[in-house]
This record gives sequence, C-alpha cells and structure tokens, in this order.
Amino acid sequence: MNLTNRKFIVGIIFLVVGLIFIIRLFNVQVLDDKYKSESDHNVLREVTQYPARGLIYDRNDELLVYNEAAYDLMILPKQVKELDTLALCDLLEIEKEEFLEKFIKAKKYSRYKPSKFLKEISSISYAKIQEQLYNYPGFFVDTRTLRKYPRNSAAHILGYIGEVNQSVIEKKPYYRSGDYIGKSGLEYSYEEVLRGIRGVKRVLVDVHNREKGSYKDGARDTMAVTGTILRTTLDIILQEYGELLMQNKKGSIVAIEPSTGEVLALVSAPNYDPNMLVGRAVGKNYPTLSRDTLNPLFNRALMAKYPPGSIFKTVQAMVGLQAGVINANSGFACNKAMVGCHNHPSAGSVAASVKMSCNPYYYHVFKRLIQQKKATSIYKDSEIGLGIWATQIKKFGFGTRLETDLPSIKRGVVPDVDFYNLWYGAGRWAYSTIRSLGIGQGEVEVIPLQMANLSATIANRGYYYTPHLIKGLEGVDTIPQKFRKKHSIDIDDEHINTVIDGMYGVVYEPGGTARRARIHESIAVCGKTGTAQNPHGQDHSVFIAFAPKDNPKIAIAVYVENAGGGGSWAAPIASLMMEQYLTDSISIKNLKKEKRILDANFLERGIAKK
Amino acid sequence: MRSYKNILGKVDWLVIVPYLILVFVGWINIYAAVYNEEHHSIFDITQRYGKQLMWIVLALVIAFIILLVDSQFYTSFAIPIYGVVLIALIGVLLFGVETNGARSWFKLGSFKLQPSEFAKFATSLALAKYLSALNINMKDIKTKVMAAVIIGLPAVLILLQNDTGSTLVYAAFIFVLYREGLSGNILLFGILAILVFVLTLIFGPVTIILTAIFAYIVIYGLMKYDVKITFIAVLVFSGLAYVFLHFELTLNVLYYSIVGCLFSLVVYLLTRKEMRDKSIHYLGVAIFVLTCFYIFSIDFTFNKVLKEHQRTRITVLLGEEDKLIEQIEALKIERDVDGISKEEKQIIRDDIGGKRFSLRELRQGNGWNIKQSLIAIGSGGFTGKGFLDGTQTKFNFVPEQSTDFIFCTIGEEWGFLGTFFLVCIYIALFLRILFLAERQRSIFSRVYGYAVASILFFHFLINIGMTIGLAPVIGIPLPFISYGGSSLWSFTILLFIFIKLDSERLLVLR
Repeated sequence: MNLTNRKFIVGIIFLVVGLIFIIRLFNVQVLDDKYKSESDHNVLREVTQYPARGLIYDRNDELLVYNEAAYDLMILPKQVKELDTLALCDLLEIEKEEFLEKFIKAKKYSRYKPSKFLKEISSISYAKIQEQLYNYPGFFVDTRTLRKYPRNSAAHILGYIGEVNQSVIEKKPYYRSGDYIGKSGLEYSYEEVLRGIRGVKRVLVDVHNREKGSYKDGARDTMAVTGTILRTTLDIILQEYGELLMQNKKGSIVAIEPSTGEVLALVSAPNYDPNMLVGRAVGKNYPTLSRDTLNPLFNRALMAKYPPGSIFKTVQAMVGLQAGVINANSGFACNKAMVGCHNHPSAGSVAASVKMSCNPYYYHVFKRLIQQKKATSIYKDSEIGLGIWATQIKKFGFGTRLETDLPSIKRGVVPDVDFYNLWYGAGRWAYSTIRSLGIGQGEVEVIPLQMANLSATIANRGYYYTPHLIKGLEGVDTIPQKFRKKHSIDIDDEHINTVIDGMYGVVYEPGGTARRARIHESIAVCGKTGTAQNPHGQDHSVFIAFAPKDNPKIAIAVYVENAGGGGSWAAPIASLMMEQYLTDSISIKNLKKEKRILDANFLERGIAKK
Repeated sequence: MRSYKNILGKVDWLVIVPYLILVFVGWINIYAAVYNEEHHSIFDITQRYGKQLMWIVLALVIAFIILLVDSQFYTSFAIPIYGVVLIALIGVLLFGVETNGARSWFKLGSFKLQPSEFAKFATSLALAKYLSALNINMKDIKTKVMAAVIIGLPAVLILLQNDTGSTLVYAAFIFVLYREGLSGNILLFGILAILVFVLTLIFGPVTIILTAIFAYIVIYGLMKYDVKITFIAVLVFSGLAYVFLHFELTLNVLYYSIVGCLFSLVVYLLTRKEMRDKSIHYLGVAIFVLTCFYIFSIDFTFNKVLKEHQRTRITVLLGEEDKLIEQIEALKIERDVDGISKEEKQIIRDDIGGKRFSLRELRQGNGWNIKQSLIAIGSGGFTGKGFLDGTQTKFNFVPEQSTDFIFCTIGEEWGFLGTFFLVCIYIALFLRILFLAERQRSIFSRVYGYAVASILFFHFLINIGMTIGLAPVIGIPLPFISYGGSSLWSFTILLFIFIKLDSERLLVLR
C-alpha cells in the first residue's frame, strides 16, 4: 500500500475546507446585503421627535389653546426583572389587580416592543416616580404633550384631538398608531398646519436596549417642525360673554364682522369645557357628554336646522322688491282670516310691514312671487314662480352649504320645485299649499350661521363673505381665497335700504317688535324679530341684527329654543352681545336687562329639533 | 552545548511567523472585543487584553524553553507525560471546579488551569510513540485497538467532565491514523455518514433513500456501461422530482409505495442471473439494505438517543430554529418555557416534521447567537467597519466575543479582507506543518506532526464553521487567537514540540 499519496488527500481536505470557508465568507460578507441592514436594525433605534402642536390665539392675541407636557409610563416586558410589585403599585398609586392586568396586557402585545403602561402621569407624580424608576428595569417614562384650554370656552369651535383610528392610518400614511389627530372643530380643519412635522432621532443601543449615543453624531436625524400658530377671528371675550348669556338655555349665537365675514363669536348652548376632552379624561367624559339628553356635543350653530320664522320676512321683502311684484309703498290689509297675526294696524309700506312683522302682508308678497301669471294653470304658474324664488333665496346662502372652515356644517332646506314634486307629486301643489314659506315657516330650514350671514348681508347692503374662523397663520400673509370672495345676492341697494329702514323701525319706532334691542342713543341698531312656531313645545325666540346702522361693525343672529317671542329674549341677548363688542362693556342701565337674561332658564321647556 | 543562535537558526520560521501573527491578531481583537473606555490601555492587566498579553509572554517563554530542551526528552517521556495528564484528568473529575456546566478546571487561587487542553499534546506524543514502535502495522487489529485506546482514554475522561466540545477534538486523530495506513473507507464512510445524517434531518428519510437509490442505479449503470439503465433512471427520477415539486405532494402512502417498487427494482437488477461476480452484488445488496436501515434509524437516533441540547444544536444548525420560534409566536405562547404544555409542544413538533427539540435551549438562544454572529461577520462587508467600530461587538450582541466567537470581531471590524487573510494564514500553517511532517525521518515526528496539524485543523473547522453557520455550536477555542491562558499554552506547547522535533530531524534517527 502506498501511503505517500495520502499526504495529498489530507492536504486537499484542508484546502477544500479553507476554500469552502472563503466562499462562504465572501457570500456572507460581500454578496449578501441583508446582514448589513440587520446589524443596523440591531443597534439603531429611531426615536420619534414629536413636534409641539400649533397654538391657537383669538383676534386680540388671547391664547386659546396651548400644550402641556404629559408623561406616559412605558413598559418593555422583556426587560422587566423581578420586582417588588407592592412598592411599585404604591408608587404608581394603582391597585395590584390593575397592575397585573396591565402587565399581562403589555406582555400580550409584545415582549420586545415597548407599550404604554400608565397614561398621563401628573407632573407631580412624575417627579416622584422618576426618582425611583431605576429600581424597576423595563419601565421608563415617555414625554408627550396634551392640549390645554386656558379659557375653558369655545369648545365647539376649537374642537378636540384624539388618537387616530385605523381607517385614517390606512388613508394617510403620515399617521401611525398612537398619533394624535384633530377630531373636530379647528383642530380638525387645520390639522395639517397645526400638527407640524414629526422628526426622527437615530440613537445607538446595545444588546440590552440601553442608549449609547447618537448615530453618526446626528447627521441623519431630522428635526421636528413645530406646528404653525393659528389666529382665529374669534373675540374670546365676546364668545365667553355669549356663552354666559346662553347659560340654562338651548340655542345659538353667531356674530360676524360684516365687512370681512369673520366670525366673532359662535355660541352653541349648552356647551362643555374643552378641557374635558383632553387625554386620559376623554375615556370617562366623552360617554357622559354624548349620553347627555341636552346634547352638549351637538354644535347647534352649524348643525341645528330651525324654521327661521319672521326674520325671513326681510328676505321676502327684498326678493319681492327686486322681482317688482311690490314696491316700497305697497300696502296690504292685515287680514287675519288668512293667517293669524298680532294686533297692529295694517302696514302701508314694506318698512312698516317689517317693523310690525305682519303675517298677512307676507302671504300677499309671497303669493305675488309665486303666482306671477306666467302660465295659465295655477300649478304650472306656481312651479315657475317657486323656481325663480328658490334660485334667488339660495343666493343668500340658504339651502346651500356655506364653505366655512368648520367641519360638519348643515346646508338647511330651501324647498324648490323638485322638493314639492317629490313631496306632493308634480302638478299637485300650488301657492296655497306652500304659502307658510312666506313667513319663514313650513318646509324652510336654516342654521344659525346662515341667519347671521343674512344679517351680515343686509348690513353690507347686498353681499357677504363666507363666514370663517381663520384670521391668519403664522408666517402666512393671506387667508384662503375662498374667504376673500364676495358673494352678491343680486338685490339693488334701494330695496335693501327699504328693508333696513323697516329693521331700524323694529327697534326704535312705535309698534316695533324689539325695543329691547336698543343699546343706547349713540348706536343705531337694526334688527328683525322672529317667533318660530314649534309643534313640540314653546316657540323659539329668534332675532337678527346689525349695528351701527351705517358702516356696521357687527351682525348677529340669536336663536333661543323654547323661549317664546323673539323680541322678549333673543333681541335683548343680541343687544347685550353687540354692546359688549362695540363698547367693551355693558352700561349700567343695561345691567338689569343682563340680569334678566342670566336668570332665565328654558332648559325644561321642550326638546331641541335637530 | 548548542548555542541559542544555533537553536533559532534551525527552527522553521515559516511555522513560527504565522504563529506570531495569529497570536498578535488574537491579542488586538480581544482588545476590540472587550474594549472598555475606562480602561483604554491595551496593557491594562485588569482587563482581558492585558491578561492575554501576559499569557502571550508566558507562552513565548514556554516556547523558548521547549526549544531549549533536547528533543530526545519528548520521545523518551511521551508515555509518562501521557500518564500524568490522565491522572490530572481523573483528578479534575474529583477536585475540579465547574464552569459553564463542565467540571474541567483546577483552581489555584485566582488562577485556573484546564488539564483537558494539555491532554491534546500528551495524547499526540503517546500516539506517536506507539505508532513509531517496531512491528507496528495499521492493518493489525491489535494496533487499531491500541491506537483507539490511546485516543479514547482521555476522550472518555473529558466526556465525563461534560465537555463535549473538547471530546470531539479527538476525532481529529482519524487523519493521523489514515496517514499511517488506516483504511480510507473509514474516513469516507465517516464523512458520508455525517452527510447522510444531516441531509436526512433536512429532507426526511424518504427523499434521501430515493436519492440514494437513484445514485446507486446511475453508478451501477455507468460501471456496467449500461447507458439504457442510466438513461431510464435519470428520466424516471427527474420525472418524479418534477411531479413531487410541482404538486407539492407529501402523501406518505405514495412515497412509500414508490420506495417499495424502486427497492424491488434494485434488488432485481442486482440479483439477475447474467451477473457475473455474484458475491460482489450480494455485498452491494447488503450495503444497500444497511444504508436504508441507517437512514430510517436517524430519526430514531435523533429523537430517542440524543440529548435535548444536542438535538437543539443540530436543529439550530439546520436553520429550523426560526421556524420553531415563529411557531411558538404564532401560538401566542407568552408563558415561560416550562409553561408550554405537551400538546402545544407536539403541535409545534408536527409542524417541523416531528423533530424533538428543547424550548429551553431555544430560548437560551444558540440560534440567536448564530444569527448575531452571522450578522456581525456579514455586516463587516468587504473592508470591515474599522478597528473598535464594530457595533455588534461593541454593544455585546455577540456572545463569548473574546473566546469562542472571537472570529466575529475579526469579521466585523476587518471585513472579508481580514477573514480571507486569516483563513489563508491558517491553511498555510496547516499545509506547512504537513509538509514538515512528511520530511521527517522518524515515524514519531511524522505522526506527531500530523497530530498537530489535525488538532489545529479540527479547532479551525469547528470554530469558524460555527460562527459562519456551517457547523453546530460547539464551544472550542480558535487556536492562538481566542482568549485564555490554558488553550494558548497548550497550542503553543503542541506546536513548539513539533518545531523542536523538526529542527533536530537530521540529528537523530528514530
């Protein structure tokens, strides 16, 4: 047997193994990239830098919303060592059962990923816990911010934020589970500017997940961009005053600066403290608020559709004058056979009819608008008439969605031909079927914002800007184009002035329905009362107004559910609001009026119509 | 008296230089592996790198002393040295201290010594002594038994210390015996048996038997110059393979019936009358039947004979562990290891083909270690992350970084350039030792030289193989590089005795 060959075999085996190792190493180290990324994955942790959400100010730079630090206690179950459960429970001020429940929940979620153990520890407990935390490996504190509302008001306008839900995450890739997003109000509308932009910090960690410094000295980190500051058109003093006046009442106040369409106050009563829907308290407060029969979460200013009542007569008068079916001196007898009316002399002019709010007068006006004798059949004639009328009415913003910057706004109802054809059938209705529209009753429905907009439109003598709440964004000069666009109602100035004369008479002339709307001698108030019939209970008290008469600074609509006559309740509320806005105070002689309003309570009188 | 110059002049520097390079590479990589900013001096003897420097200096002193001693000493005292080491191995069983589950250390104050490390060169000396005696022939059964006893005694004693890794090193002596005349079939069968074992665990017995039959028929056809049979076999098997892969058939009945048919076919072919030399074919049939038994017994061995941790090591090696962990996660078992019921365990087991495993071992993470080790080496890329810049190393993702997994640090910080260089140095060293062994005039020196090369090679094979996922996790050091005095000294003694023998090869005739 020749054994010398065998030295080669052994040598070859050694060589082959060496070669296999080199090939394998070349494969692993040079050809395969996955290990590189896995190595990065091991040691790199991306720490999200949450930007502070943008602050919100009112028109006079009063702070409305700011951020407050909140501390979440986080847990990483894998790192949790044996611990003194009772001592930790004492420290966290929770029961042992709760602790175990949360612990099991966290472990179920993941052993290796951190999750929230206790949300929103107060800063006092935070200080205490922080000192002791080194005793409990696997627990650490994560800092976040919470919204705070120093004025406790304007909840419906400001809205609230909450954790994003799954459907939003799927639609908008920016959001990740646990992120906060505006859920309603301005927080919702201006979410993208308020939220800012998230940053990422890359840190190195060792095998025990301990931070070991920044990656490449932070070269690849991105800074969080703080949310933009939003200035609103609100006058928070006026808003608070409105909320005060509306205490123990249901309804709404909307005040607008006519020359710009800026919303000065937007009150929906009853309301709630916006701080109730912040952070951990949401879980407890939201169900309470949503179960409340008075429905405080419901923003009546934008969502409640009411019959406008007699304030609608101003619209009918303008439309009638413009259509030429009446003139400023048209007179109609107050014939109570057709429709009920209060006791007053027959109106001999449009202005007088507005002043005295004569119902039969507007049945006549509306009859002339609908039956313009353009067809022989009264049904056909009514169709033509209603068509022209509805088109004109919609120019006021009624029956259309005002493209304001608050979400969930209703459009209201302006019944047109299609509406009644669906309701009664084509050719089966005529003026007599729909005549209560003439006095703002029947099928017509408007929201308080539209009423205020009507007031602003009259104050402007024939145009309006879409009411809005944005006054400006930090670093941006203009507001959106849609809020700078004039909407004309196509009514001639003289006709509007005729109606304004009547509205002046409402407040100042004998026989006027709203003497309670007077402020004092130097400010001329124009207004129109309404008493909307309510089949469910007491009538709703309605008032629109603007002041001063010339060069108006404020236009307002007040709607108080179940309060009764417009002149008795809505008018004085509007008057106080305007006084507050125009003079920054309430004069001594009007304090009595104020007290009467503050003392009034209409909550038990009926059910709000949604 | 020979002068120092004379000694150093005759030693083989082509062995000593790689040795010095490896020792130096080891030292600086231990520094990188356990680098501590508070003790940034590489000479700080409170740290492992400082200590390793001490071990290196001592190792060089030992090496020098070995070179000073007359080579006659090693041949004369081979058996007594072997005896002393055996006594030490027994002693450590009685008086040793346990570390990492193995009772293999003598403790003298703060100093620890591992006799099993020194058993390697002692066994090599003893084997060399025995095989260099007159009238020794590897073909004699007596010689084989004696050689097996010499190798087996320390191996068994070390196994009793519960140090499986060090025991397996003694398998390396098969190369020595092969060189000295042991039948090559044993080496071949050994390699084949390991191959079949692993393949069976990966692909299951049926696939392997099918493959074996296929190989058998093709070889038979080729040897008989019967193109037709070869062709038909290739056709049938590629067709079958296609059908199975395409339809993802796993129907056992079908499998077994096909195996049965093919089995009968093979038996028929082998026992045909026309066949001339029948006895060879009966042998063929016998071998084939035994192979089948062997293949089917692997499952049994794996599940019934091996210990749990051994099974798990093999499972990890076969890359099945990720599947296991996924299964466990999928079952949402978030309880402790022991909290998993037998039923749940059975479900997981069924899903990975009925193999048994130890969850505890899995959780302790051999697989995790291998994964991190591969990530460390793989993320080094071509040029490495740079000295002291290995994140896997620095942030302790790799276990045992200064000892068994030191290769990871090299791979991560020095990249493919570093690992390529290292593998080349090792292979060059091994081949040089083989070359030197072959030029010896005495059988003693040759056997000893082969033993040195084989032992170093086996460590190299298992240690690097483990870190790059080609060998199971067996904790044995990388020669000259891993941290530790005992292993460094034992490898130094092992190597330098051979250098000494080589330097005096012309002086003595043994």
